[in-house]
Amino acid sequence: MPGSAPQSAKERPRVGLFVTCLVDLFRPSVGFAAVKLLTDAGCEVDVPTTQTCCGQPAYNSGDKATAQQLARQTIAAFEAHDYVVAPSGSCAGMLKRHYPELLQSDPVWRPRAAAFAGRVHELISFLVNVRGVAAVDTKLEARATYHDSCSGLRELGVREEPRMLLRSVEGLQLVELTDAEVCCGFGGTFSVKYPDISNAIVERKAEHIAATGADLLLAGDLGCLMNMAGKLSRQGRTIAARHVAEVLAGELADPAIGERP
Amino acid sequence: MSTITSPDFKANARAALGDRQLQRALSEVAPGLAARRSAARAGLPEFEALRDLGRDIKDHTLAHLDVYLEEFERKATAAGSIVHFAPTAEDARRVVRNICRQANAGVVTKGKSMISEEIGLNAALEGDGLEVVETDLGEYLIQIRGETPSHIIAPAIHLTQDQVEADFRRLHTKLPADRQLIEPAQLVAEARQILRQKFLAADVGITGANFLIAETGSSVIVTNEGNGDLTQSLPKVHIVLASIEKMVPTLEDVGTLVRLLARSATGQEISTYTTFSTGPRRPGDPDGPEVCHIVILDNGRAELLGSEFREVLRCIRCGACMNHCPVYTAIGGHAYGWVYPGPIGSVLTPALIGVAKASHLPNASTFCGRCEEVCPMKIPLPGLMRHWREEEYSAGDTPLLYRLGLRAWAAAAKRPRLYHTLARIGIPLLATLGRRRGAFRWLPLAGSWTRHRDLAAPQSRTFQALWADHKAGVPR
Repeated sequence: MPGSAPQSAKERPRVGLFVTCLVDLFRPSVGFAAVKLLTDAGCEVDVPTTQTCCGQPAYNSGDKATAQQLARQTIAAFEAHDYVVAPSGSCAGMLKRHYPELLQSDPVWRPRAAAFAGRVHELISFLVNVRGVAAVDTKLEARATYHDSCSGLRELGVREEPRMLLRSVEGLQLVELTDAEVCCGFGGTFSVKYPDISNAIVERKAEHIAATGADLLLAGDLGCLMNMAGKLSRQGRTIAARHVAEVLAGELADPAIGERP
Repeated sequence: MSTITSPDFKANARAALGDRQLQRALSEVAPGLAARRSAARAGLPEFEALRDLGRDIKDHTLAHLDVYLEEFERKATAAGSIVHFAPTAEDARRVVRNICRQANAGVVTKGKSMISEEIGLNAALEGDGLEVVETDLGEYLIQIRGETPSHIIAPAIHLTQDQVEADFRRLHTKLPADRQLIEPAQLVAEARQILRQKFLAADVGITGANFLIAETGSSVIVTNEGNGDLTQSLPKVHIVLASIEKMVPTLEDVGTLVRLLARSATGQEISTYTTFSTGPRRPGDPDGPEVCHIVILDNGRAELLGSEFREVLRCIRCGACMNHCPVYTAIGGHAYGWVYPGPIGSVLTPALIGVAKASHLPNASTFCGRCEEVCPMKIPLPGLMRHWREEEYSAGDTPLLYRLGLRAWAAAAKRPRLYHTLARIGIPLLATLGRRRGAFRWLPLAGSWTRHRDLAAPQSRTFQALWADHKAGVPR
C-alpha cells in the first residue's frame, strides 16, 4: 500500500476518527466507544469538524462529481493524521478502496488519495492488526451473534478480528449466524429505492438471527444494524442490536439500537 | 427479440415476492448451488490462481478479438463448417430461418442456448411452421409451459417438482394415467422417453456454444444431460449459435476455463459431458451432421469492447452471480424482465436493450459484492452497475424526486459548517420526538423505510456536538 503508516513506529500515533454520518446523527455512543478503544490502544484521538459524509450516497447514485468533492473534502480533513479510523466497514471501504478510483484521473488528488487510502482503517481491524490488541478487558453476560457487513468483509477482509476480540469479553457467548456473510438488504439508498426487496432480504436475515437463540445482535456497521434492528423490533422480537464497538468498549449505558429507553 | 418487461421491474419484483410457489422453489434450489460451489472451491487449492488465469485469457482474447474471430473463421471453414457473422438479432434469425428452409426442415431440436432466447429464435421458427423442441430438461419444462428461462443455467429453477408432475400429466396423455411420477428420476425418465423420439425425427439441431476455439475452429458445449450431443450429432444439419465473446484462442485455454465453469456453476468438478465439435461428419465418421453452420452474433457487443463495460464480455455464463445474489434469490429471474437476470443481467441488459428500458436493473443492487467475489472471471459487477448509474445520472434520467433529495443532501454535505449546524438543530428535535419508544413506526418522508421496519430514533445530540462539549470539559 502506498503511504502505509511510516509512522506506525510512533509510540502514540495520532488517529483521526472518521465518525461516519450515521454514528454522528443517530448513535454517538458508538463514536465514544471508538474513542475509548483507540485511547486504550495507545492512540491520541482527534475528530476533525470539517468531515461530513464519505459520499457513498452520491457515488452509488451515479453523482460522481459530488462524490469527488466529498472525497477531496474528507482527504483534506485528515491529512495531518497518522491514521484515519472509521467505526464502519462501509465508510472505511469507501475511503480506502473507492477514493483512489474516484480521483484517479486527477493529477493533483490522485497521489493524495493514494497516500490517504494507505492510512485508512476500519476500527476493529485497526485495533487488532495495527495496534496489536488481542483482548479487551470488559464483561457482558449475553448470548450474541455477529453479522459480517458486506463492505467490511469483502472490501477490507475484516472477518476474524471482531470475533477474536468478542471472544475475550467475559461472559459473552458468541454463536455463529447462518449465512452471516450474506447481505442484510440495507444497501444504503437501496433500502428506500426498493423497499419490498430490501424487506424480503432482511426478513430472511431476521429468521437466521432468531434461529441462533441469541439475545444480542452485533455488527460493525450502523446502517446494517439499523436495518436489522428495525426489522427485529417490527416483528416484535426482543433481540437487542448493538455496534460491536459498544460491547468491546463496555459503552452499554444507552439503550440498544431502537430500544425503548 | 423476446418480450421486455424490465421497465416494470418493481411491479414484477412485488409479484414475485408474493408468489408463494416461486418463493418455495427459490428457497429449495439456490442456497444448494451456493453451498456446492463453496465446497468445490475448497477442494481445489489453485482455484484463485485459476480465476486470475481465466480473467487473463479472456482479457487477452477481447483485446485481439478481431484476430481470433478471423482465425476461427479460417479454421472452421477449413474443417468444413460454414461461418456466418450476424451483426444483429434479426440477421441471426434470418440466417437460421434460411438454413432451416433450405434443409426443408419440419422438426428442429435445440440444445440449451441463451443466444437463442436473446434473438427470440423459437417464435421466429414456429412462425415459419416448424416444430421446435427444447431438449435440455429445464428448457423443455418451460417450453411446455410457454415460459422463458429464469436462470441462465437452471432455466426452470422457478418451478417445483409438483408443478412439473402436473404439466407432464396434462401433456403426455398417451402415457398410462396411473403411472408413478414421485421421484425426480421418474420425471427425467419420462422426459427422456418423449425427447428420444424428437431427437430421431429432427431435421436440424441447434445448439449454443460455451466456447469457440480459434486455433481449431471448434465449438464446445458443456451439458449434464447429453441432450446437446444428440441435438448436434443426429440431425443432418447442425447450427451452432454463439456470440462473439465465446471466443478463446486455444484448446488449452478451454481446459483452464472448464475447470472454473462447472465448479462455479453447480459445484461439479466438471460437467457430465464436455463435447468438442469440429466441422461436419468426415468420410469414415460413424455419425455427425452432414452440414455444420456456425452463426456468430454481435448484437451490440462489439460496441462494448471499447467501453468501460468491456469486462462484462469476460462472462462464461456460469450463473454463480445469481446463486449468490440477495436480490436474485429473493425475486427470481423473471422479475428482471428480459433474457439475462441477476447481476450479470443488470450489467448486460442495459447494454443490449438500452439503459432507458433497463434502468432499474443496475439500480436494484445492494452492492454487497458477493457476485464479484464468486465470479470466476472476476468481473467487477458492482462497479459496472455503478457505471450505468453514472450514465443515467449524467443523462438526467435519475428520477426527479430522488435527484432533488440527493442535491439537497449534497448541498449540506459539501459545507461542513452548515451541515453540522443543521444536524445540531435537527437531531435533538428528532431525538425528542422518538424518545418515548426509542424508534419510529412511521415518519414523514421515511415511509419507504418504516413501511417494513422501525427507524431507530437518534440518541440525543450529534456526536460532533457532544464531542465539542467533551473537549471543553463539559461532562456527557
